Amino acid sequence: MAGKTLYDKLWDDHVVRQEEDGTALIYIDRQLLHEVTSPQAFEGLRLAKRKPWRVEANLATCDHNVPTTDLKNGIDSIADPVSKIQVQTLGMNTKQFGITEFGMGDPRQGIVHVVGPEEGITLPGTTLVCGDSHTATHGALASLAHGIGTSEVEHVLATQCLIQKKMKNMLVKVEGKLRPGVTPKDVILAIIGKIGTAGGNGYAIEFGGQVFRDMSVEGRMTVCNMAIEGGARVGLVAVDEKTIEYVKGRPYAPKGEHWELAVEAWKSLVSDEDAVFDRVVEIQGEDILPQVSWGTSPEMVLDVNGHIPDPDKEADPVKATSIRNALKYMGLAAGTPIKEIPVEYVFIGSCTNSRIEDLRAAASVLKGKKVADKVELAIAVPGSGLVKQQAEAEGLDKVFIEAGFEWRNPGCSMCLAMNADRLPAGKHCASTSNRNFEGRQGAGGRTHLVSPEMAAAAAVAGHFVDVRDVL
Amino acid sequence: MEKFTRLTAIVAPLDRANVDTDAIIPKQFLKSIKRSGFGPNLFDEWRYEDVGQPDADNSGRPLRKDFVLNLPRYQGAKILLARENFGCGSSREHAPWALKDFGFDVIIAPSFADIFFNNSFKNGILPIVLDDKTVDNLFQETFAHEGYQLEINLAEQHIIKPDGEVIAFEVDRFRKHCLLNGLDDIGLTLQHAEQIQAFEANRKATKPWLY
Repeated sequence: MAGKTLYDKLWDDHVVRQEEDGTALIYIDRQLLHEVTSPQAFEGLRLAKRKPWRVEANLATCDHNVPTTDLKNGIDSIADPVSKIQVQTLGMNTKQFGITEFGMGDPRQGIVHVVGPEEGITLPGTTLVCGDSHTATHGALASLAHGIGTSEVEHVLATQCLIQKKMKNMLVKVEGKLRPGVTPKDVILAIIGKIGTAGGNGYAIEFGGQVFRDMSVEGRMTVCNMAIEGGARVGLVAVDEKTIEYVKGRPYAPKGEHWELAVEAWKSLVSDEDAVFDRVVEIQGEDILPQVSWGTSPEMVLDVNGHIPDPDKEADPVKATSIRNALKYMGLAAGTPIKEIPVEYVFIGSCTNSRIEDLRAAASVLKGKKVADKVELAIAVPGSGLVKQQAEAEGLDKVFIEAGFEWRNPGCSMCLAMNADRLPAGKHCASTSNRNFEGRQGAGGRTHLVSPEMAAAAAVAGHFVDVRDVL
Repeated sequence: MEKFTRLTAIVAPLDRANVDTDAIIPKQFLKSIKRSGFGPNLFDEWRYEDVGQPDADNSGRPLRKDFVLNLPRYQGAKILLARENFGCGSSREHAPWALKDFGFDVIIAPSFADIFFNNSFKNGILPIVLDDKTVDNLFQETFAHEGYQLEINLAEQHIIKPDGEVIAFEVDRFRKHCLLNGLDDIGLTLQHAEQIQAFEANRKATKPWLY
């Protein structure tokens, strides 16, 4: 019998029961909650007079609606009354049901996918869900983690389980070494460019190979975070020494005797050598160059030396239409070099790239330089209050501010513009976020997905440049 | 949940691939703490000339006349015909809430994004996967014939075209059962409460660091 993949092991360890047709009841160890996708779930519980199955399995924070500017008035800092009600509702719901919330003003508040790993809530070998598709992030710690809808949030609250069917296994193998200036963000963008935005539909992706073994845990989070942009709800990296080192000592991580037991168990969280994957995709690390997305889907991505594609040269009529629609929306002409795309806004942040290593990387490019005059707004938004504190302790805030960036408070911010941070119509933004969909950062806004280093370099130049030329 | 059994209705063709949930229901509408009322803002940026705001009156807003759902011939459509990877992007259940509230009960596409697909069933929407060629053919026929209707029969798992041709489709047995009977997942799962408790007790014993 063939060996098991990491995903197989995680799945098998959580099956409560399974029907003949493969429909299974899967036990959920942890649930993260935020203000946008939970109110209707709590309301459902109340209407059905149900209680959470295991209160301690849940942790909440507010992130999507929180302002990143002045917060001294607490919740009253939220100018938009509708946003404010949503944040207040999370506070009321968590209080009513006894769930811990890191609310506004708590230094641990931040983007839910930054907070979970940072606090040690995300642990190897667990199942973890959240009403947010970027829950795939937590797979970097070998946690079987994926986004769910609000009905499922309610289902997990009420039953500690989810009704699931097993996904297929995909291995994305990147061997070799990355070139200097090429980052985890470039790796995942290149993977999505290769497999397409639907390439991972129905799969759990494991990221394997030398490049991921060499990558930091935070880098792995950036990669797993965007598995969903390749269609896969789950992205995973096997446990190694780095995983264990990362988790050790975090507030919610196991301690003492439990720590020893846990580490022993976690060491088996790797795919067996003879495990069989349904699909294997191989990329050589040295072939990946800094990436820039040019269109309105994350698969519309090229390396920085590329040129905007020509829809007339695309044989598939559906794809040609997609390119035409994207060029129209983005205000770009076929054949234009990526490096000639102007950059008017710069956003460094989001659950993809707002951790301390991301801020360090961007600051290293910005140090001693100034944001170009034609850049109208450049903002750096740390992923959590603790990331912000750490960055300030290292003096990174000063580097950003001296370069002409605004140094903001933590939250999802301009990744999806549910708070007041919006990309105006027609403006091009170098963004370290994860989605370049139409209107994502603001109605009519034009997003280009890049790494923190590439965003910083674009901020200085006022257009895209190859970060390797300025390092 | 509302039952779904069978339906005969007008088909609206949305001829775009990779329609994402940000397009289906833009972010400003996710601030609602309700499950209802999203229909007027379905595809808001494609449907209207201006930018919509939550809790605003949508009745007087200028419409984009060329958007498919604004064309007179597709008014009253309950079946949405779409291209590959429909519903990609975020996990927002507001997307199926908006589609359902607008009036769609069935979505036909060559493929769906996983989370959207799942969320649809939870809200009484039947997403049907058909092969590329069949979907393309349905697009051509919908374009060619005003008032083009399809009959969808979930129990029989087939679609009947106006010319009488029958197209079979696959649907997961459990999901079909829930949809046909309008069953609440949570109630079904709680029938296995003892089994969940036993699993949890064992987990606590073997993996005490999780508790």
